[in-house]
Amino acid sequence: MTHLPDLAPIAQVDTGDTAWMLAATALVILMTPALGLFYAGLVRAKNTLNTFMMCAAALAVATVTWAVVGYSLAFSEGNAIIGGFDHVLLNGVAFEPREGTTIPHLLFMVFQASFCILTVALVSGAVVERMRFGPFLLFAALWSVLVYAVLAHWAFGGGWLQANGTLDFAGGVPVEMGSGFSALAAALVVRSRKDYGRQALLPHNAVFVLLGAGLLWFGWFGFNGGSGFSTGNSSVLAFTNTLLTPACTLVVWFLLDFLRGRRVTAVGAATAIIVGCVGITPAGGFISPTWAMLLGALAALPSYAVIVLRPRTRVDETLDVLAAHGVAGLTGILFIGFFAQLSWNGVADGLLYGNAAQLGSQALAAVATPVYAFVVTFVILRVIGLVTPLRATEREEAVGMDIIQHGEEAYATGEGAILVSPEAGVEAERPVANPV
Amino acid sequence: MKLVIGIVRPDKANDVLENLYRAEVRGFSISRVQGHGGELDRVETYRGTTVKMGLADKVRFEVAVSEPFVQPTIDALCEGARTGEVGDGKIFVVPLERVVRIRTGETDHGAVTPVGA
Repeated sequence: MTHLPDLAPIAQVDTGDTAWMLAATALVILMTPALGLFYAGLVRAKNTLNTFMMCAAALAVATVTWAVVGYSLAFSEGNAIIGGFDHVLLNGVAFEPREGTTIPHLLFMVFQASFCILTVALVSGAVVERMRFGPFLLFAALWSVLVYAVLAHWAFGGGWLQANGTLDFAGGVPVEMGSGFSALAAALVVRSRKDYGRQALLPHNAVFVLLGAGLLWFGWFGFNGGSGFSTGNSSVLAFTNTLLTPACTLVVWFLLDFLRGRRVTAVGAATAIIVGCVGITPAGGFISPTWAMLLGALAALPSYAVIVLRPRTRVDETLDVLAAHGVAGLTGILFIGFFAQLSWNGVADGLLYGNAAQLGSQALAAVATPVYAFVVTFVILRVIGLVTPLRATEREEAVGMDIIQHGEEAYATGEGAILVSPEAGVEAERPVANPV
Repeated sequence: MKLVIGIVRPDKANDVLENLYRAEVRGFSISRVQGHGGELDRVETYRGTTVKMGLADKVRFEVAVSEPFVQPTIDALCEGARTGEVGDGKIFVVPLERVVRIRTGETDHGAVTPVGA
């Protein structure tokens, strides 16, 4: 949090800014179910609901942890590493403008909450189709506080990265690199699905994937466009770049697909939209529209490479959160170091405009964030694993997580279903596939 | 000639396919079916409605083979589909009266022998 000079006028709530931020927050909230749809389409039919429910779980758990303690640890005054407890249970968060903004403090808090929720949901992509739902809820609670809130403090809440001059417009550090490298750690701890590397595990509904990606892109206009906390220039710039960058990523992805397989793929296109949106997330309000287009084209390359190479390894980072978020976020963070332009952002120049130090600040974030996210996620999951098994048994995995974890199916036909009268109660029969 | 019908768990279908290829059984068809074979019913709940699902999803293999391939086909189905728990499925072997390959009009043994074998 930046401190205003003593002589600055006391900030007032601006109605225009507030109106836009209310809408932007709702747009970001939409991204979590959109991600649920995107992820659900990418998994096998028998795991559809469980995958979607992990995103719903983020809406439940991360909202609560954020209001109770996460927001305070991220955005109240503290030290360089972590904030304090001033805003625990939203204490002191009301209608006065948040320092340094012209919107009510409550609105600032709920906008930031929507980011925390989405990021927790993102990490689930690494462990779908095998992680048990209960341990995931516990993981979501711990991760949202110990990883997300800390990284948000570093980048946005007055922590050491922000103090050091690292530029991160809308969450390249906490959201994108935070989720991507945590996903890698989660995949390593939870380990691969039993059929990984033995059978082809294909997306069961590519239309869900495309629609999910489209809705994510739509929500991203609030995500990036709202990260200026106003209707000012930086918001308009970030909003515009949120169209330009993913479009360029799509074009380059089409080309890469075509060169590699002579066909342009739909699931690839959906992935490209995400990669482009992620790439522009840290850079949105800092680079010119022209450079944003270059960023879109460049961001496709490393992410595409990771998506092609990762399945050849034994690491079952199932839905490629590392490639789409970690790597693309890192690309965006570093890109700012070269192409930031004072005349567009009013904050700082990059290396190309004579300020080499900016690249140093960006590189620092690009090293520290992945290390912190990876290590802490690894430890959290190992500790939960000591208390309760992280994953379902092989037999349960074979039947599918929908039936085992939730007692529902995404595509139940109803044939052969016998109504159990409420008076009779439900006998505690175990499903056949799980006769413990 | 026999028609070997195997009804197996959907999640075991790939293992069966792998075994059939290994046994050089190249011609078969599969379909998704639902059935009941003495398993416990699983209970599911949709909002307030609790139901017992009496039918379980299965995959049905139909493999028409000449005599020397009958046992290898049965072995492939058994080994691929077995988990040791109720619900692994059944194999039915029935005699075939006639087989015709539509493309060439070949009948019987010629028709169940894969092209190029």
